[in-house]
Amino acid sequence: MGPNFAENYMAAVAMVLFGIGFFNLLLQKNLIKKIIGLNIMDTAVYLFLASMGYIEGRSAPIVTDGVTDVEAYINPIPAGLVLTGIVVSVSVSAVMLSLTIRLYRRYHTLNLDEITEIIKKGEEEK
Amino acid sequence: MAARTTPTSNEVAERYIEQGLEETGAVNIVSGMILDYRAFDTLGESNVLFIATIAVMILMRVDSKEEKEKLSAEEAAYTHEKTLEPENDVILKTVAFILVPMLLIFGIYIILCGHLGPGGGFSGGAVIGASLILYANAYGFQRMEKLFTAKTYKVISFCALGFYALAKSYSFFTGANELESIISAGTPGRILSAGLILPLNICVGLVVACTMYSFYVLFRKGGY
Repeated sequence: MGPNFAENYMAAVAMVLFGIGFFNLLLQKNLIKKIIGLNIMDTAVYLFLASMGYIEGRSAPIVTDGVTDVEAYINPIPAGLVLTGIVVSVSVSAVMLSLTIRLYRRYHTLNLDEITEIIKKGEEEK
Repeated sequence: MAARTTPTSNEVAERYIEQGLEETGAVNIVSGMILDYRAFDTLGESNVLFIATIAVMILMRVDSKEEKEKLSAEEAAYTHEKTLEPENDVILKTVAFILVPMLLIFGIYIILCGHLGPGGGFSGGAVIGASLILYANAYGFQRMEKLFTAKTYKVISFCALGFYALAKSYSFFTGANELESIISAGTPGRILSAGLILPLNICVGLVVACTMYSFYVLFRKGGY
């Protein structure tokens, strides 16, 4: 574990971040905090992808002085994947936040437990 | 996970780096990758942004008049909106007056040089969107509405996405059937080079800028 762990410390940080985000998503009762947790999870994935694509001692994949040698540049594919991820995460966050606003307008609370209780009460009355 | 030296996990990246400049004409290999080899992926991304904005528009909509009045009464009770509104903030106005033109030019530069260096439609569009938000904050939404309404958003997004889809379909059609194409890679390193990458970057930038600003307006005001 020793040297491998030191070499892949970025992966470890990404895992810790992912865990923080995941637990926020699961355990928080506030809907906004849940969304923040999901965004932290996204960040962990970007960090993991970007660190996997980075190769020590090579430069960004922008051709300089006409050098088109594989050994000179880092892997360009994870950069494209992270771009896709960022766009999707922005869209998903926006849709989730607007759904949250919709819920707040109806139930006047952001606490998920309270919302479930109100819904249950409404069903019993019927 | 495959080792770094496994040939199968490196073939695609090798191809992009070795042949990318020649085949796409883009100095920035990532740009060449996302807007040429994987252009339909990026079209999907732009569509995701567009659909998300439409979804937010639908969700934030308040239909009946009674509901509208109820909501505004509630909001007035909770927030002292007048005190929070930066209508007559001299510092903010002066800063926006200086910064907004510079931010706009910087965003346009990032979009136009997306195939020559770091940048591209997504980052440049985000910068332009931020400058629009700053302007709207400093000078109020009424002034911004003259320039940008829900209709402007729909027209710009539709035109950009439509042009993107048609242009890339043409390029894939001619490429797959080995037909003569009017799009050439040009001389790498010049601004008018790299075939479709520059126009596609402009399309993506427009969609991203409009989406950023629309998200802000929708969440701030609940509609245009």
